[in-house]
Amino acid sequence: MVEVEIAKSMAEEVKLFKTWSTPFGLRVVWALKLKGIPYEAIDEDLSNKSALLLQYNPVYKKVPVLVHNGKPISESLVILEYIDETWKQNPLLPQDPLEKARERFWAKFNDEKLLQSIWGVFAKEGKEREEAMAASMENLKFVEEELKGKKFFGGEKIGLADITFGWLANLICVFEEVTGLKMIDERFPLLLAWIQEFSQHPIIKDAGPPHDKLVIKYQALYEKFHPAK
Amino acid sequence: MAEELVLLDFWLSAFGMRVRIALAEKGIKYEYKEEDLRNKSALLLQMNPVHKKTPVLIHNGKPVCESLIQVQYIDEVWHHKSPLLPSDPYQRAIARFWADFVDKKIFELGTKTWQTKGEEQETAKKGFIESLKLLEGELGDKPYFGGENLGYVDVVLVPFYSWFYAYEKCGNFSIEAECPKLIAWAKRCMQMESVSKSLPDQEKVYGFVLHLKKMYGIE
Repeated sequence: MVEVEIAKSMAEEVKLFKTWSTPFGLRVVWALKLKGIPYEAIDEDLSNKSALLLQYNPVYKKVPVLVHNGKPISESLVILEYIDETWKQNPLLPQDPLEKARERFWAKFNDEKLLQSIWGVFAKEGKEREEAMAASMENLKFVEEELKGKKFFGGEKIGLADITFGWLANLICVFEEVTGLKMIDERFPLLLAWIQEFSQHPIIKDAGPPHDKLVIKYQALYEKFHPAK
Repeated sequence: MAEELVLLDFWLSAFGMRVRIALAEKGIKYEYKEEDLRNKSALLLQMNPVHKKTPVLIHNGKPVCESLIQVQYIDEVWHHKSPLLPSDPYQRAIARFWADFVDKKIFELGTKTWQTKGEEQETAKKGFIESLKLLEGELGDKPYFGGENLGYVDVVLVPFYSWFYAYEKCGNFSIEAECPKLIAWAKRCMQMESVSKSLPDQEKVYGFVLHLKKMYGIE
């Protein structure tokens, strides 16, 4: 009895500020679950941010924010590396510096190039949308190439790059449904196979927001970007 | 087995300067290859097919791209000498956060101070100074962001100091007037050989910026 109480009082306190739909927050959820770390999720209303969120992330005032024993960390990729360095089980990054650099490169590529180009297809119109589509296809080709001979970007197991690309498994189908534009088609067989593997992983499977709820949200957003004339 | 280290770089690139400083801090010998960005070498295109940009670090024939990734790679491979990142995971997270902040704010806003004019330029200048002030807050009373010695954030930020004169002349403002602590920090960094030998002369940078402005037909 006493042992349990001591263990409880020494327990790690991990809180995650996010929203129900943010793909950046979902990355952190996946990482915490993959390592079996218990945490408390706090879903924010971004139109009415909590005082705590503003206190923990004064620079950007955004989610996700991880708070570990009262200490806040912001920016999802920074959070993921922190989680990997603090809880060593089921590593997200390999030991070898060159392989580590490769994972970081692709995580950055997703956030700075792929995400931007696909968002452009969703949000823009006319020529800007055409350019975004062309860029997206270019970017997806690079990602497809990177998957050659691998089950996951991390090799045999899910790693940092997989978690970062993970939105392709649950969110791009929502974009495709809402826009009526197919982006990941038979030109990308390795990506399609990876999406299957990733989505079916026991930790990933039921961790995300429901598809239907996402469709409703993004449909409303789409109508805002493309008002009926 | 001899280490073979090649850096494909462009003298003006703040991103390349980061790598030069990191290598100098650790006393690592390497071959510097200057790229002509209007006529990129076959080696560059082969080693960085995705972005086709400098800097590219080639270690025993294998490329590492993206400056923040390169600096971390150098810190990990040559970890026994002059460590740039702290060992504590939380301190590392803070360092990574601010390095990412520099990437998101300083380069883009700084570039806008010389590439734009009118209201767009004023907005950029304001955002640029605000960002530098946030960095001043993070520096606090420490001599360097890394504490007593140069650290990751110092290496990531100080290259932009070589561009400050160009930003000031083009934007018609004084960075020192608004952020004296930051300028004091930059001058302190410049007293280190690893930094002073890695950064180009500010006047030279300004001269090149004027040339670029002419080429792009700005103002």
